[in-house]
Amino acid sequence: MGHAAHEHYTVTGVDNRKFAMWTLIGSECFLFGTLMINYILNKASTKINDPAIAKYLIEHGKKPFIAPTDVYDIDLTTISTFILLMSSVAMVLALDGCVRKNLKNFRLWTWVVIVFGLLFLGCQAYEFNHFIHKGLTLSANNFGASFFLLTGCHGAHVAVGVMLMGSVLIRSYLQPDWFDSVVVEVLGLYWHFVDVIWIIIFTVVYLLVYV
Amino acid sequence: MTGFFKEVWSWLTTVDHKRIGILYGASALLFLLIGGTEALLMRTQLIVPGNDFLTAKAFNSMVTMHGTTMIFLVIMPLSAAFFNFLTPLMIGARDVAFPRLNALSYWIFFFGGVLLHISFVVGQIPRGGWFGYANLTSPTYTTDLSVDFWAMGLQVLGLASLIAAINFFVTIMNMRAPGMTLLKMPIFIWTTLVTQLLLIFALPVITVALVMITFDRKFGTGFFDPTLGGDVVLWQHLFWVFGHPEVYILILPAMGIVSEILSTFSKKPLFGYSVMVYSTCAIGFLGFAVWAHHMFTVGMGPWANAIFSAATMLIAVPTGVKIFNWIMTMWGGKIRFTTANLFAISFIAMFTMGGLSGVMHASPPIDAQHHDTYFVVAHFHYVLYGGAVMALFGGIYYWFPKVFGVYLNEAMGKAQFWLYMIGFNVTFFPMHFLGVQGMPRRNFVYAADQGWNFWNFVCTMGAYLTAIGGFVFIINVVYSLWFGKKAVGDDWNGRTLEWMIPSPPPVYNFAVEPTVDHLDEWWHRKYTSSGTRTDVQIEAHVDPSTIHLPGPSFWPLVMGFGIFVLAGGFFLDSYGATISIAGMLIVIISGYAWAFEDNG
Repeated sequence: MGHAAHEHYTVTGVDNRKFAMWTLIGSECFLFGTLMINYILNKASTKINDPAIAKYLIEHGKKPFIAPTDVYDIDLTTISTFILLMSSVAMVLALDGCVRKNLKNFRLWTWVVIVFGLLFLGCQAYEFNHFIHKGLTLSANNFGASFFLLTGCHGAHVAVGVMLMGSVLIRSYLQPDWFDSVVVEVLGLYWHFVDVIWIIIFTVVYLLVYV
Repeated sequence: MTGFFKEVWSWLTTVDHKRIGILYGASALLFLLIGGTEALLMRTQLIVPGNDFLTAKAFNSMVTMHGTTMIFLVIMPLSAAFFNFLTPLMIGARDVAFPRLNALSYWIFFFGGVLLHISFVVGQIPRGGWFGYANLTSPTYTTDLSVDFWAMGLQVLGLASLIAAINFFVTIMNMRAPGMTLLKMPIFIWTTLVTQLLLIFALPVITVALVMITFDRKFGTGFFDPTLGGDVVLWQHLFWVFGHPEVYILILPAMGIVSEILSTFSKKPLFGYSVMVYSTCAIGFLGFAVWAHHMFTVGMGPWANAIFSAATMLIAVPTGVKIFNWIMTMWGGKIRFTTANLFAISFIAMFTMGGLSGVMHASPPIDAQHHDTYFVVAHFHYVLYGGAVMALFGGIYYWFPKVFGVYLNEAMGKAQFWLYMIGFNVTFFPMHFLGVQGMPRRNFVYAADQGWNFWNFVCTMGAYLTAIGGFVFIINVVYSLWFGKKAVGDDWNGRTLEWMIPSPPPVYNFAVEPTVDHLDEWWHRKYTSSGTRTDVQIEAHVDPSTIHLPGPSFWPLVMGFGIFVLAGGFFLDSYGATISIAGMLIVIISGYAWAFEDNG
């Protein structure tokens, strides 16, 4: 992160840092695209590989298979999706506070972004835990493995976003006149992208199994 | 002694793109020695039938590490050396968009190479091929850590390439001198730009695939294990979706270098510049649509085979256009046969031959005959060695005076060129014969009555000849750095902006930001439209302290080391997680230190 004085002349008129973030987002599209294709290919691979889990399921009168509809809790996921969407709104307001050099609003909405991000991660931790209790561990079957890989990678992106926004918050306390809105805008791009990816995951992974 | 440490420290903390370019180049040439030695060991094993010079396991390790090293630790970083040194100079910029990020790329690359080679120290050298096909990589068939070294090593190297790719993409798009529109950029900048796009879009795919391997091995998932509901062919698809654009990542920079050299030494503008640009873009785009031609024998069915066959034949069109344009560039020109130009001209011939056998493979029935034989080995060495490596050596001879202020010795250079040219063809041309006679790739031994004795002997002799050429090059570099002819600035009567400043370039590159009116701007400044020489001179030195430059930083090195520790932790079961977390902490701490560092 640089200083306000860093805004140089550029050929496109777009700040270098912003341009770099857009480029990274292009790359990330392929990352999540590959993970999503992997999930779509593996979601029908529901037979349990782990003999201990298979035995446990049979003892409880179930077949040794776990499919998406056996574990998904659409209510919980809808709530966590709403939280993440609202965090993007807060992100816009935080940027607005930064641009207007309104420290109170800037800090308030940055706090909201961080708290909503953490709430989303909490929902995901609860969900993962719940799945594991139902027998869907990482090595249970390839549906589970590809699900954890995709949503886990998204969760890691949210966690990185929370850390970056945390750094912005710390900076706003250490250096109250720091209003480098380009940095906040670049982080906002990242945050909104991670949000958009979640909307696609929510549709492809969660909603489509009920169609 | 303090002076010495000061010098070392200044290299460890440098953010100057020119020094980072030199670091990339030196590292790549060091790895070239290692990769070349691996090739010589393989050829020595195959010199006579039934040889026991190497064990089967050692031979597999040599095959794997030769391929992995040459692609990820030689050609890619050697190209990166040119990207680094030349991009800001050619576009008239003071540095890249993110100088410290650039240093970080280098250090991650460096530690990635170290990580891969620790496998030699602990005796668990990767041996599953550079393509690491499933199920060779499964915990059932490789019980030691060799696959983990390979997967984590590539993961780290991929990160380095991705960061560099974003940096150079932004640099070229955003930092060009005033007046340099896209179609006034030197052709090397165009090939660099398209290469970065290929990296940006291809690397994430291999990242995911390597994560899946690691999960299969460490956490018991079954992505590539059919007994667990997985699919071995999925690996092939993921690998080649990355792997084929990777081929163009290796060749496009070489094509850019050759275009610059041929134009300078033919004393003519590049023929069909804009068509060259469009061809480069077309190759980059089609490069993503041909991956399954590596998999014609898998049994994908006639539709997939037909479509990928057609796409592969299609990509030969822009490539053919380029070959035509290079020849037309030389046509009627005042050609100077310098060492650099000899390498560039040989590139056209060798690459054309490799390209022709490539078009043969585009046909699935023919490919079914050639698949996994030495014919394929001959094909890709003609494009990647006769092509990319020869072009990169041409680039070294061409820009050496710019980088170090001294010319490489031409007599030794020509000796190296002919040793390389003859050695290369003696090694790889007979492999076409061996291939169609049915000799399979990657076999460590063959029987005396299979009829392959003579050509195998010839191949090995060619490899030794090339090795002598390599020694000539090393002697040449050492000799020239001490006794080489001094270079001043416009060392070859060049055309592009890097030749309008002194050699070696001052730390600030351009004292005055150049304004560009033409393609080949420097040429147009030197000569009027009627061809008379103007009185324009190379830019004079100014006091560097009057020009603001980004300060050095220690944090890229620390962060690179943190990533190394983070990745290295995956190798140990008991303390591994602790080590990885320590590495992550180093990354986070250096990240904060970096963010708050006053770097001007």
